[in-house]
Amino acid sequence: MTNHDVPQGGFAEAGADLELVGLTKRFPGFTAVEGLDLTIPAGSFFALLGPSGCGKTTTLRLIAGLEEPTAGRILIGGKDVTTTKAYQRPVNTVFQSYALFPHMSILDNVAFGLKRRAIKNAENLAHEALRLVELDHVGGRKPTQLSGGQQQRVALARAIVNRPALLLLDEPLGALDLKLRRQMQIELKDIQSDVGLTFLHVTHDQEEAMTMADTVAVMNKGRIEQMGPPQELYELPRTSFVAKFLGQSNLFSGEVTSVSRTAMVIDASGTKIEVPLARAQRHTGHVTVGVRPEKVSLHVAAPEASAGRNVMGPGRITDVSFSGVSTQYEVTMPVFGALTVFAQNTSISSMHRDGDEVWLSWAVDHAFGLADDTDGASPRFDADFDTSMIAVQSRKNLEAELEGA
Amino acid sequence: MKGFGRYAIWVYSAMAFVFLLIPIVYTVAFSFNDARRTNIIWRGFTLDNWFGVCESQNVCLAFGNSLLIGVVATVLATTLGTMIALALVRYRFRFRNATTLLIFLPMATPEVVLGAGLAAQFLQAGVPKGLATIILAHTLFCLSFVVVTVRSRVAGLDPALEEAGRDLYGSPLQVFWRITFPMLLPGIVAAALLSFALSFDDFIITNFNRGAEVTFPSYVYTAAARGIPAEANVIASAVFFLALALVLIAQLTAAARRRQLAKTS
Amino acid sequence: MAFTAFSSSAATQPAVRRKSRAALFLLLPGIFYLILFFVTPLISLVITSLQEPDPLVFGRFVNAVNWQNYAAVIELYGEQSARSAGYAALATLFALLIGFPLAYFIGITLRPYPLLQSLALVLVIAPFFISFLLRTLAWKQIFSTEGPVSGILSSLGVLGPGEAITGTAFSVIFGLTYNFIPFMTLPIYATLVSLDLRLLEAGNDLYGSPATTFRTVTLPLSTAGVLSGTLLTFIPAAGDYINASREFLGSADTTMIGNVIETNFLVLQNFPAAASLSLLLMAAILVLVGLYVKRSGTEDLL
Repeated sequence: MTNHDVPQGGFAEAGADLELVGLTKRFPGFTAVEGLDLTIPAGSFFALLGPSGCGKTTTLRLIAGLEEPTAGRILIGGKDVTTTKAYQRPVNTVFQSYALFPHMSILDNVAFGLKRRAIKNAENLAHEALRLVELDHVGGRKPTQLSGGQQQRVALARAIVNRPALLLLDEPLGALDLKLRRQMQIELKDIQSDVGLTFLHVTHDQEEAMTMADTVAVMNKGRIEQMGPPQELYELPRTSFVAKFLGQSNLFSGEVTSVSRTAMVIDASGTKIEVPLARAQRHTGHVTVGVRPEKVSLHVAAPEASAGRNVMGPGRITDVSFSGVSTQYEVTMPVFGALTVFAQNTSISSMHRDGDEVWLSWAVDHAFGLADDTDGASPRFDADFDTSMIAVQSRKNLEAELEGA
Repeated sequence: MKGFGRYAIWVYSAMAFVFLLIPIVYTVAFSFNDARRTNIIWRGFTLDNWFGVCESQNVCLAFGNSLLIGVVATVLATTLGTMIALALVRYRFRFRNATTLLIFLPMATPEVVLGAGLAAQFLQAGVPKGLATIILAHTLFCLSFVVVTVRSRVAGLDPALEEAGRDLYGSPLQVFWRITFPMLLPGIVAAALLSFALSFDDFIITNFNRGAEVTFPSYVYTAAARGIPAEANVIASAVFFLALALVLIAQLTAAARRRQLAKTS
Repeated sequence: MAFTAFSSSAATQPAVRRKSRAALFLLLPGIFYLILFFVTPLISLVITSLQEPDPLVFGRFVNAVNWQNYAAVIELYGEQSARSAGYAALATLFALLIGFPLAYFIGITLRPYPLLQSLALVLVIAPFFISFLLRTLAWKQIFSTEGPVSGILSSLGVLGPGEAITGTAFSVIFGLTYNFIPFMTLPIYATLVSLDLRLLEAGNDLYGSPATTFRTVTLPLSTAGVLSGTLLTFIPAAGDYINASREFLGSADTTMIGNVIETNFLVLQNFPAAASLSLLLMAAILVLVGLYVKRSGTEDLL
């Protein structure tokens, strides 16, 4: 059976642009995606990062055509595909559960999309794709006879063989063990740059996103909080969510006391912290600023004040965690509570011990200022980020409120 | 559970299985009986009944009717029932509760009522009773069982598989034929087998709706008064062994397949 | 197979339902068939139950609104109705007592041995492969006065001279129980086989003895299967008339409501009586089922 709704061949040999304009998806009871604007340039590797329930998988399904948007438009290669069906879009998905057809052989699985498009010599192309993922020798087996890692590679081959304008990956490495995952991360990146397709990778693993992607977008509660190259996102987070979700941060809140030509100074419970204006989102009022733990140095004696460095102290080390490459110190200070410092293990013995009194310092240029304000105190367990759970909770609150009234 | 307690359940179950099999053993044994007019007292072992099963009596005719009715009713019930099961699980439509009730009711209705009702209806409509009325009646009560069986299979289908099909350029029809249907097939086959078994063994509804036609169960019932011929035992035993063989083969091949999978992965 | 469908097991995450014309195309043929051959006959039955005798021709009936039919049959056959309910209830109870341990054995005890488990299931279903009538007949002949059982019981003094096992309430209930054991066992098995054994381990870990764990964990979790099995047994048993008929395990003393309906319809040709009895039987069953559905919801049931 051939399917004439799909453009026969003529798919871009390289990937195409993806543009999302005001994309919104509402389910009965909660909003999964709200007013999303996004542009992914052709041939790039883009990561959509966020906690579970933030809307990233819904966004993926909207782009694939598996869900219909409530509002907004989707453009692929400049063409508006919002109203087209999934089987008419030049988009392929690598599913989280792989979704290999259990009643077909591996080869038939990979050739499925080609045959629906009536591509000639589909079997040869399928073999080629399997060779790319080094699984040509299992072409005759059934999916249940392969390991998880092998299934994942078959799912990838099945999608890539169609040379889609856009390849969507829905947390494809989630079920693999650490070593295999690292291997696959490198392989995926290689394949993407070799073949030149546009990849959209959805994940909750920040390390994965930062390693593989050219651009990362952090999503929270249906919206994109910040988007940019991994390094920019990491070194200059703009919101407290990004600062805390991507890596760890030490955050301080206070009033801006003075602003010079290049920097501003805030007073955080008595300690002065200087932040360059170029790295601060807000320059007046009550702001939250922060610094990454690996940028902080520990001193056994109070360091001399010098221009270009922020100093804090004294505090006491309350926890030491050795993790191979670095040691994580928890430093408790009377006003700020527990702060985190990463020190690279350049020597074999530990540099500081539990209970030591230490001072902290870091370069002013490493500080960042956030756009929103937090009071810094975080509960033991993170609040629920899942949009549907948030909806359930709001409804319960509303019901409780109505009952009380 | 320690000591005696642990073995108690094995002993009990063994006894229960023996209990379940007693009438079967009895029926099979008496198919070899050298019976005269009645097959109640054991006279002696003979294979004549098995070899000459269709010679006298009308057992084979009745058996043939039962087969024909079973096949036709199964085809009808399975087709209609699978369509309903798909609609129930996959689509939203109004009057869902009423429809579910309508499908469920025949299973909750005692066979006497179903039989009497259909017979009354045919009477009122002036339709003469015969093979056709039996087939129509059987299709009716098999329908609900098919829906229930297939429905649970449809509900257990991973939606991601069909989404993958759509993602890979399959039109709705292609997705159905190449992905959904092959995966439903085991459930549909199970439903068809169940339907055939129900139809073949049915007596009550058939009795109300047959004219002069005879099915195997109704033959047995009428013959029960004067004594069932051993040929009936032969047919019943043959069916039993055939069914048993089919089921055992299915189970053993499944077990073999499982072992093979465990080896290769 | 189908009997697993009667247990309410946890389903996998279902796809969101779509709204489409295809639903109508899929539903209509089957629904039409049901309406034609189920709903209409029921209506026919109602009409027939209200008929009255044709004043001109004996043995014929004309349409009327004769409510007396119902009163008459209740009065005439009250005893048989009560007996039917009683027999069916007892048969259900015995089937439960026999079937539950069997289901436990197959679903839980045999779990480490999948091949044995399959074979055990085959043994439970095996009786279905022999015609229902022949099974019952086999018991009749085993219990007959010429058979071995009678002989043993007579010499033991349990059975008096001239007494028979067949034709008594005992033999009818025995027959009913035997025939419906698989109907009771399979739904319970279906529920127990998907019981997470780790729950039982958790019960033991939290200081429950085997008996307590069974009572507080296993039993409540098997309720769905027990209810399915009970319905699947009681409903057909109540309307059964094979076991109770004279040719099989019954006698004139053990007529059940099914026998009455059959006699009225096929022998006496008293269609209004047969029809009104049928509808009364159906109404009683529907009340029972309604209570069950209220408990678990229609989706679960189907």
